[in-house]
Amino acid sequence: MGKNLVGNHIRKLRFNHDEMTQQQLADKVGVTRQTIVALEKGNYSPSLELAFRIAHAFNLPLEEVFFYGDQTKE
Amino acid sequence: MTYQEKKSIVSVVSAILIFVSYCLYMYPRYPGGEGVEPSEVFHYWGSFVLYLTLFSIVAHIIISIIFNIVFRLTTNEKEPAFADELDKLIDLKAFRNSFFVFVVGFLFAMGSLVFYQPLHVMFIIMISAGFISDVTGSVTKLYHYRRGV
Repeated sequence: MGKNLVGNHIRKLRFNHDEMTQQQLADKVGVTRQTIVALEKGNYSPSLELAFRIAHAFNLPLEEVFFYGDQTKE
Repeated sequence: MTYQEKKSIVSVVSAILIFVSYCLYMYPRYPGGEGVEPSEVFHYWGSFVLYLTLFSIVAHIIISIIFNIVFRLTTNEKEPAFADELDKLIDLKAFRNSFFVFVVGFLFAMGSLVFYQPLHVMFIIMISAGFISDVTGSVTKLYHYRRGV
């Protein structure tokens, strides 16, 4: 399985939003907790629609939640 | 381990148990010996496939209900009530692999007829292909839930 090039800051953002749980975020954006787990691990690149829903859940623009390439050392 | 991963493992194990137990039940009933009518042999294989389908559907439903009860009791979590985009994508990949395996098995089964193999060889290959394709689908799901898409 090739490594996904689309990364995200979901784990950090959850922590900054009153330590939101994976289940709470999942309920907010309409997916299962498994999908949030896969996103945080970098095992899955979401659809554009889901990416926007997650960004809206954090009240942030898309590019502050998701990035393309390796920014994990930030 | 998440619900979907556990469910895939249970699915693989139950598919193997159902198939093996059904085969052990049906094997002694094969109409062998001299002077057996071909219609009897066809009846045997027809009922084998039909009852296997019904038996596996019922067994899968029962095992799924038991699994959900055990999952709720052991984790205090509810199972997901819907399939989201990741589930649908993984389902599609599992179905693709499963279908591919079955088609290969089907072609082998037809090949056995081309090479004048006995009729039971064709049925055994076809039924085995169905079983292997079922397991392939569950293993594909487990792989993608663990390793990503």
